[in-house]
Amino acid sequence: MELISPTEFAKQKVLAVQDYTLMTAQSVANLFRKPVYFADIIQQADLIGVGSLPIVILSGFFTGAVLAVQSANTLQRFGSITLIGQLVSLSMVRELGPVLTGLMVAGRNASGMASELGSMVVTEQIDAMRALGTDPMKKLVAPRVVATVFMLFFLTILSDLVGLAGGLFVSKILLNLDARQYWSNAWQSLVFQDVFMGLVKPVMFGFIIATVGCYYGMTARGGTQGVGRATTQAVVAASVLIVVVDLFVTQFLMNVLKYK
Amino acid sequence: MSAPTLPLNSAAAATREAAAHAIEFQDVHIEFEDHEVLRGVSFCLPFGETKALFGVAGSGKSTILKLALGLLKPDSGRILVLGKDVTETPEEDLFALRAKIGMVFQESALFDSLTVRENVAYRLIEEQGFADAVIEQRVLEALRFVELEHTIDKFPSELSGGMRRRVAIARAIITQPEVILYDSPTGGLDPITSNTIIELIMKQRDVYHTSSLLVSHRLQDAFVMATHQFDQRTNQMRALPRGQFCDVLMSFLMLRDGKVIFDGDVRQLAHSKDEYIKEYIS
Ligand SMILES: Nc1ncnc2c1ncn2[C@@H]1O[C@H](COP(=O)(O)OP(=O)(O)O)[C@@H](O)[C@H]1O
Ligand SMILES: [Mg+2]
Repeated sequence: MELISPTEFAKQKVLAVQDYTLMTAQSVANLFRKPVYFADIIQQADLIGVGSLPIVILSGFFTGAVLAVQSANTLQRFGSITLIGQLVSLSMVRELGPVLTGLMVAGRNASGMASELGSMVVTEQIDAMRALGTDPMKKLVAPRVVATVFMLFFLTILSDLVGLAGGLFVSKILLNLDARQYWSNAWQSLVFQDVFMGLVKPVMFGFIIATVGCYYGMTARGGTQGVGRATTQAVVAASVLIVVVDLFVTQFLMNVLKYK
Repeated sequence: MSAPTLPLNSAAAATREAAAHAIEFQDVHIEFEDHEVLRGVSFCLPFGETKALFGVAGSGKSTILKLALGLLKPDSGRILVLGKDVTETPEEDLFALRAKIGMVFQESALFDSLTVRENVAYRLIEEQGFADAVIEQRVLEALRFVELEHTIDKFPSELSGGMRRRVAIARAIITQPEVILYDSPTGGLDPITSNTIIELIMKQRDVYHTSSLLVSHRLQDAFVMATHQFDQRTNQMRALPRGQFCDVLMSFLMLRDGKVIFDGDVRQLAHSKDEYIKEYIS
């Protein structure tokens, strides 16, 4: 690996952040500019949404289940096992549903976008597209952003529900608790703030996944190896950004929504 | 083979009156990572003319074509394409201009997830407002022009290098652009396929009067272009008698160390006293 000076390194990083910010701003602006590529949005939505169903369902279900197993142990010690529904639902809806779904989709689609766009860059297909009079920001990036935000929103809701079902499964089968009590406990404990927070997050995470994936793809350099590198970096960057942003969003919303 | 569209529509005629040249470079400089590739390149491409660009690998031929399309921005200098300054125009406004220019990339750059049909039809689909039947017909015409109708449902990965190059030409000419930029269209191909492609380019020049820049590795191809003319009746190229070489709109431009060392027609090239050029053409 070639060595570069720290100032040069810092300069590169700042430039990269600047480029990323520019691209992000442009992708938002493009949502309101013609032409809008509906067919591409639908295609991406299908790829991201329908394609991610299995992993989202599986990961949601087992997370809800393991949450129930873990908390049952603690709750039993305090004699409040009946609160298990509440615990599972709050954790799933506010935190684990959005973050896990985000991480799953980041692993699957941020890498997909980076490798697809990266290959197009290194084989000059992006240049060809520009030469043919199409703006790749509109044709490739904008549909991915829209589709990811939209689909992650619904995937998260699905993950929350499946997680609750996982908790129910454990409560009923392993802990012999009353199913009706679990459900009413789970539902009633949710207030507007919880649901709101749980639905704002996927919108932000979806945006992060798509813009980071596209950014690494569009800036890929250096043949197939460069595309591979871009793919890995996209997943890493998107995942880390998701967990970091999650903390800030949670803290911010807790203040704004005036949690007790 | 039939003509895809009219050679010169009224809009094209209008630009020809407004602009002096199809393409004009004025003292263009560009560097990549401290390596100055173009160091003051100036030339004009008159309407209807084909200019062949020469130079060793890495001399900046592809860079010139990308600059003309506005895909790259020069560090200094001005580039006028169809009367429009592409160096000043923001990317957003360049798309309309690019619709009037066709480009054949060095490695074809076909969209590998689209079929040949979708690749060739790309511009028509993007422009919208064309009926499916019209698109299909224009695609078939363009593919017939490059004699590849049978590949219409194939993917680019299923074609040979020469076939991909011809599909790229079909994609570039489907809207009959006013300017076409060919980047090494015959590079790495066998002589027979090369000849077919040279004939296609000649047909664009002599039948449709398209202005074009032709990057070539083989001087021989450009000489053929300068000494032959496309004959519409026989649908073949025809050798010109010696005295008529200057009747075809063909010129040559040679790059060396980031500068233009030759810009002129075939006769001037043959009589050049420059040692480097003599060696190059021998
Ligand atoms: N995007 C780029 N980034 C860095 N260097 C480049 C880029 N494009 C071209 N170059 C450099 O510019 C020089 C000219 O390239 P090019 O125009 O492709 O040459 P050719 O005449 O063979 O087509 C080469 O040395 C190449 O390394
Ligand atoms: Mg080249």
